[in-house]
Amino acid sequence: MRPLILSLSLLLAWLFSGQAAAIDVYEFQNPEQEALYQQLTKELRCLVCQNQNLADSDAGLAKDLKDQVAEFVIAGQDAETIKQYMVERYGDFVDYDPPMNASTLFLWFSPLVVFILGAVILIYNIRKRHD
Amino acid sequence: MKKILFAVIPLLVFFGLLLLLFINLSTHSEVLPSPLIGKPVPAFEHPTLYTGELKTQEDFLGQPWLLNVFGSWCPSCQVEHPLVTALANSKQIKVVGLNWKDEPQDAKAWLQRWGDPYHEILVDYEGDTAINLGVYGAPETFLIDANGVIVHKISGVLTPQNIQEQIIPKIKEMQP
Repeated sequence: MRPLILSLSLLLAWLFSGQAAAIDVYEFQNPEQEALYQQLTKELRCLVCQNQNLADSDAGLAKDLKDQVAEFVIAGQDAETIKQYMVERYGDFVDYDPPMNASTLFLWFSPLVVFILGAVILIYNIRKRHD
Repeated sequence: MKKILFAVIPLLVFFGLLLLLFINLSTHSEVLPSPLIGKPVPAFEHPTLYTGELKTQEDFLGQPWLLNVFGSWCPSCQVEHPLVTALANSKQIKVVGLNWKDEPQDAKAWLQRWGDPYHEILVDYEGDTAINLGVYGAPETFLIDANGVIVHKISGVLTPQNIQEQIIPKIKEMQP
């Protein structure tokens, strides 16, 4: 039993150490800035490991981009400006909250289409059962 | 009859989805279209690798050029290096290197070993210009026209194929 507990606690320690290492030290002027930084690095994609956000990534480029975001946040830029900066350089793909435009129309509306399709089938079946 | 049809529909949807995912498996690419095509090269000021002389984007106006982002730490850069060399030696275009996040002495040793075909090498030690160019991995290559506008970008290694099919035709288009 003991070895099991020990290995489990080691596993937990390892899991959380990763979390701790992901927090970088920046000199934010107030908690709002830090919150904005956290929000932005969660919403921006790491371009190197494309299924991770900046906050979770340890890639060299992610570090550079986090530094850049922190620098802008400390300089008092708002979320919109910082995101715009990234999108201008890396395209819409960098933003985990993609804007609505011609190329993302399917992305935004496909759930609605599936929902309507489901509703139509449901109504059809219910009516049939009533008849 | 109708019952069978309704039973078959989910199955068809399932196989349709399977097919879609299978197609995506072979066509999906991590290469992103650059939003910078058609836009001017972002302003920069970098020292050159050997002389340390500061160069800006304006120093490259007047003729088309190729900006090749590389680093001695990047194995793929080594793979494409013979092609970069061939392109530079062919005199079809001026090839400029952007040494990205590299130690100058490492870069020099790397160039000594593999050859230095570059017309000029700019040192982007901090990686600022790389970010401004939307670089997300080395190597990346930008084709820039005489007015300093980015015409084309290749993310990843240059290959005989993408040089023949993309770079060379674009260079020819730019010639007066």
